[in-house]
Amino acid sequence: MKIQFELNGAPTAVEATPMARLLDVLREDLRLTGTKEGCGEGECGACTVLIDGRAINSCLVPVVQVRGAKVQTVEGLARDGRLHPVQQAFVDHGGAQCGICTPGFVVAAAELLARDPQPDAITIREALAGNLCRCTGYQKIIDSVARTLSGDEEAAR
Amino acid sequence: MAGAGTTPDDPYIGRGFVRADGPAKVTGAALYVDDVRPRGCLYGATVRSPVARGRLKGLRRDPDFDWTDVVIATAADVPGENVIALMTDDQPVLAHDELRHVTEPVALVAAPTRDRALAAARHVEVLYEALEPLFDPLKAADNPIRIFGDDNIFSRLEMVHGDGLDGMAQAEAAGARLVRGSYAVGLQEQLYIEPQGMIAQPREDGGLTIFGSMQCPYYIVKALKRVLGHDRLNVVQAVTGGGFGGKEEYPSMVAAHAAVLALKTGRPIKLIYRRDEDLQATTKRHPAFMTYTTAVDPASGRILAADVDLLFDGGAYNTLSPVVLSRAILHALGPYAVPHARLNARMVATHTPPNGAFRGFGAPQVMFAAERHLDRVARAMGFDPVALRRTNLYRDGDVTPSGQRLFDVASLEVLDRALAAAEAPLPPSMVATRPGGGQAAGRRKAGRGLAIAWHGCGFTGNGEAALAGEADVSIDGHHVLIHTASTDIGQGTDSIFPAIVADVLGVDVQRVHNAPHDTADVPDSGPTVASRTAMVVGRVVEQAAHSLLDALRAEAQWPGAEDADFDTLLERRPSDAPLRVRARYEDAGAEWDPETYRGDAYPTYGWSCVVVDVEVDTDTGEVLYRRLVQATDVGKALNPVLAAGQLEGGALQGLGYATSEAVVLDDRGAMRNNRLTNYIIPTALDAPPMETILVEYPFAGGPFGAKGIGEIPHDVPAPAVAAAIEDATGAVLDRLPMTPEAVLDALEARETPAETPGAAR
Ligand code: FES
Ligand code: FES
Repeated sequence: MKIQFELNGAPTAVEATPMARLLDVLREDLRLTGTKEGCGEGECGACTVLIDGRAINSCLVPVVQVRGAKVQTVEGLARDGRLHPVQQAFVDHGGAQCGICTPGFVVAAAELLARDPQPDAITIREALAGNLCRCTGYQKIIDSVARTLSGDEEAAR
Repeated sequence: MAGAGTTPDDPYIGRGFVRADGPAKVTGAALYVDDVRPRGCLYGATVRSPVARGRLKGLRRDPDFDWTDVVIATAADVPGENVIALMTDDQPVLAHDELRHVTEPVALVAAPTRDRALAAARHVEVLYEALEPLFDPLKAADNPIRIFGDDNIFSRLEMVHGDGLDGMAQAEAAGARLVRGSYAVGLQEQLYIEPQGMIAQPREDGGLTIFGSMQCPYYIVKALKRVLGHDRLNVVQAVTGGGFGGKEEYPSMVAAHAAVLALKTGRPIKLIYRRDEDLQATTKRHPAFMTYTTAVDPASGRILAADVDLLFDGGAYNTLSPVVLSRAILHALGPYAVPHARLNARMVATHTPPNGAFRGFGAPQVMFAAERHLDRVARAMGFDPVALRRTNLYRDGDVTPSGQRLFDVASLEVLDRALAAAEAPLPPSMVATRPGGGQAAGRRKAGRGLAIAWHGCGFTGNGEAALAGEADVSIDGHHVLIHTASTDIGQGTDSIFPAIVADVLGVDVQRVHNAPHDTADVPDSGPTVASRTAMVVGRVVEQAAHSLLDALRAEAQWPGAEDADFDTLLERRPSDAPLRVRARYEDAGAEWDPETYRGDAYPTYGWSCVVVDVEVDTDTGEVLYRRLVQATDVGKALNPVLAAGQLEGGALQGLGYATSEAVVLDDRGAMRNNRLTNYIIPTALDAPPMETILVEYPFAGGPFGAKGIGEIPHDVPAPAVAAAIEDATGAVLDRLPMTPEAVLDALEARETPAETPGAAR
């Protein structure tokens, strides 16, 4: 069936079976491969996308559920060739190593920062507890989110 | 920070320069193997043995399944030899005779979609006659059920140091106290977040290109030459989502399977493991059973002699197990000087999935035992654990069990610096727990534990000299390319090597890049393992950069060229002919005898001290991590941000090893908890705030003094946790993992009459 939704700000329509995983539709049909699969069962967070602003594991979502919704993937975070501030922070502060978890983390962190621009370490850890990373031990990920610059600081760079 | 030019006063090395692949990774643009879909590709899947041991009788296709579009391959389709070439030729590409472990690959299918391929694989039944399996490693040696050779022992090692057991007898006669203890550790899964995956693509010349997730491209070349029966192949690393040793040797299997299907179908094959399959089928850290007896001087606490017995379970095939055992025996006494020792080690075969490389490679197992044993000595003889360590730690001039004299030993400095940092209050910005804790707070007991590691960097003995790893540097217009087989698996090789070369040449690092790790182009720099990449290959790369300058100067016909800088030489080149130079690892050769295990076991050693703060919930047995401090000797921090990040990741993997990562096998030897819901690795909430102190005792043989750091962080978090649990509760745990159940058992055992000091357990 034909499913319409907003993807990274642009209206999108795909032909897919309703129960197809949103993850597969993004990766295979729309060729947006920034969203990763680490487990396929809602445990690793590598497939995190924003659906109407909320961080969700796309491997658990049948595509039919996003009909009419706003879906944002890691590819939609950077604007006009400029990294989202949290992406820049991951680059600057060692938040990414092998990188397979990174898209999920930056998407989840972007959601957190949208509701709480200056989260403390505990809040960051709670918000990212659904994303697994095996490389960093999380400290540099926490630091990256905590040190993400506000819009003003970003402009002053 | 990034992009600044480099001058002798402002080098990249030593600064937290930004990693080259950072932007691609944060935007999702980096291409991992599963992100690539060659035109016309088919999807592969693997049919696996349902039993631990059996005689293969054939395959049966479900007659009710639609087999159109599905191709099946078996051992008969392997064009060359049916063997995965590694150390011994015992492991087949596809089983053809005896099934030796559950999940052993038996057949392959290819189909137009992944779902079809997986469904088809499920509808192929493996027919077999069941045979009695052997699971117990303690009964494996000389068992009438034969798995390997005539005694089921993959390898055995013995070392005698000083007067060996005579030294023990003399010490005892002179009044030393004997302390004996047994320690055991279980399996651990690497759990790279990207599962194994490979693409095999037919080439026009009848050969194949292999593209995928891997650490060691030349391992695959070596294995596939035999499988294909020719060498028309090249192997290209995709961006790789973690390895930790799990992508050292196993990718040869995945690549061989993709290759067999690609040859049979004539189409590109994409073979990506599901997580549950990856957990059940691929290699893990070896379980080990370890018994230590030490003679200790009751007055000083000096360890005078040691007798160590190690038994490692290799699983059904040899893989790299002999090398794991070698590293285990060489690290078995921990970072402590012991004048007399006898060490025995055996690697046995069982009918379980083969174990293989995993960060630390035998060292985390033995250092758990060594550190726990020291705590046992402290407990039995009334010593303070830290003071006891201080007494026995290696110092400059001490001699290891292989007879290697040590210099520039950082053992005491890492101890002092870690302790000092742990004494300071945790900065408020790092606090990772909410205040309070409610009812649970009352039953939580806080404690602190400490452990110390040493880790030999690079290959053992003459390994590097024998391998003679190579690296090329070439000019590409205004840019410089580095050609090595050393892959970036997250540790930062694609950023570190360019920074080394940029500093040698005095150019902006943006102009220096690692060329794709494609064996059609890069020389064999050796595998990306053994904490050797930055230290050993990094040095070869450094030398290649110097050779490039020399070559440019040699071709320059003008006066003053010998002092000219790189850019001037480049500008004034007499032609724009391609220029590529090669450097090769060189040393005089270590003094090392592989027969007796005497001599210089490693080029140098790293040192590390880990301090862990825990709270133990005495009702549930849960261990909560509150803080981890490590001070680690890295030689020279080429990039402090990347170095600390690698050390922190390794430490957390070590904490998982300590308490949460239990692999549970069913009655066929298959991993029962083969999902991320029940194989538990730490999350951001489980992980403690981590402080990392980089200690720099430079190694003259490494680039800018760098040592290998990839493995050492995994070595001793687990014994530090055990010590912290003991500090908090008095409960003694000598086995890994220390699950809540194990902690509760240990808490209960505490209430029963105390063990006789020094008695065997
Ligand atoms: S792939 Fe969706 S949570 Fe792991
Ligand atoms: S960076 Fe490798 S899993 Fe997070």
